[in-house]
Amino acid sequence: MKYHKPQDFDEASRLAAGAKGATRFLAGGTDVLVQMRADVFTPDEIIDLKHIPGVKDITRRADGGWTIGIAVSGAEMSEHADLHAEWPGLVEAMDLIGSTQVQGRATLVGNLCNASPAADSVPAMIAAGVTVTVTGPNGSREVAVEDIPTGPGKTALARGELISAVNIPARGDHGGDAYERFIPRTEMDIAVVGVGINLRLDGDTVTEARVGLGAVAPTALLVQEAADAIIGTTLDDAALDKLAAATSAACKPINDKRGTVEFRTHVAGVLARRVALTAYKRAKG
Amino acid sequence: MSKIHVTTTVNGDEVEFLCDSRETLLDVLRDRLNLTGAKEGCGTGDCGACSVEVDGRLVCSCLMLGAEAEGKSIATVEGIAEGEELHPLQKKFIEYAALQCGICTPGILVAAKNLLERNPDPTETEVRYWLAGNLCRCTGYDKIIRAVMDTAKDMREAS
Ligand SMILES: Cc1cc2nc3c(=O)[nH]c(=O)nc-3n(C[C@H](O)[C@H](O)[C@H](O)COP(=O)(O)OP(=O)(O)OC[C@H]3O[C@@H](n4cnc5c(N)ncnc54)[C@H](O)[C@@H]3O)c2cc1C
Ligand code: FES
Ligand code: FES
Repeated sequence: MKYHKPQDFDEASRLAAGAKGATRFLAGGTDVLVQMRADVFTPDEIIDLKHIPGVKDITRRADGGWTIGIAVSGAEMSEHADLHAEWPGLVEAMDLIGSTQVQGRATLVGNLCNASPAADSVPAMIAAGVTVTVTGPNGSREVAVEDIPTGPGKTALARGELISAVNIPARGDHGGDAYERFIPRTEMDIAVVGVGINLRLDGDTVTEARVGLGAVAPTALLVQEAADAIIGTTLDDAALDKLAAATSAACKPINDKRGTVEFRTHVAGVLARRVALTAYKRAKG
Repeated sequence: MSKIHVTTTVNGDEVEFLCDSRETLLDVLRDRLNLTGAKEGCGTGDCGACSVEVDGRLVCSCLMLGAEAEGKSIATVEGIAEGEELHPLQKKFIEYAALQCGICTPGILVAAKNLLERNPDPTETEVRYWLAGNLCRCTGYDKIIRAVMDTAKDMREAS
């Protein structure tokens, strides 16, 4: 295995494009090293991205949004008071990943590109409307988070492409987000269902909403029907019923040791209700 | 295969080592630097027995490559005591018998010390969540949690 330390994203892209064998980028390593250790996947070339200037920065953009460096850890996001205050759902979703030790290393981009259907930060990023900047041999483009994973362990990134930044939109007024997952334990477990919701209010009425759903399909989903169920409502019981039904209807889960199809489908609706109410409360301020 | 040359700081001392690209920081600490305090329970980030601090951040040394230690400052359980004088957490673990086989103890001491430096007055819930990534097969955790809470109290009163 060859260990590379590129000094900028173009060099990282060139290294990946020119690599002879299997390649992995290295952010926090909490998936890469586990897969090496378990002999699931051992790369021939490993490209450590943490020596690229700026990858550890959390920056407020001129438009009021945030740019998160690709090596920023979960712990660093949780400790950032302004980011946490504006996007509690997104920060808390990231914070659910693993232990204190894992939080010291794990990143949003690693969680996204590992492409586990149960990745916790991904439904929250989808709900928040997060995009990533993809850099490759042909320059850079901005891609919505929901368009990155294409199946378990698979992404839309082409050979030589990597993510160079995470872009969180401006929070704006009267908005709120939340994420919750169901796990059989209270810590250190993998989501059976995860739901992220981000909404905006005008008075008591929901004017914008996005619903991200995880662990119940081959990739995390943006569920437009669930958002439509609450837009224009004051999140009354009828709206919440419709939201739960639309969320459950979007599930295409598998049976496994942590949850049956019926259980996952039902719990998705239950969580959607709870998460919507939390996001609503946060949007009210 | 050519080895990677790494210069880093461990418990305040500058050290240099040569390692293979696949070696983890835990492998390097134990097999190259003879610092066997950090233990390998799982090798996959689940048990916390390998916990160390890297630039003040608590991490699993089994989930980091040795090559990634270049230019970092690493703190292991070997650096917790001041010479012969045990750290208050170490004394309290003995007093409370907060260990049996002791495999988990170095990782828990490193993790608990890191917590108390950030939060000198944690609630029991905070201590339990902070240490959720440190598994112990022997004690049932209760004595560990009480030892950490009591150390925190003593250290607050002493300062
Ligand atoms: C004990 C433990 C518990 C865990 N619990 C959870 C949990 O509860 N929920 C959860 O969702 N996950 C969990 N995980 C999985 C893991 O911690 C997360 O997926 C984490 O966010 C991965 O981030 P990383 O920076 O460590 O990724 P890495 O391991 O560095 O990389 C992961 C993948 O992303 C690719 N990659 C990294 N950076 C880039 C980039 N810039 N561009 C393109 N590709 C890139 C790599 O090539 C690799 O394929 C757990 C892991 C452990 C060890
Ligand atoms: S050996 Fe590192 S977490 Fe178990
Ligand atoms: S004392 Fe044996 S594992 Fe904790």
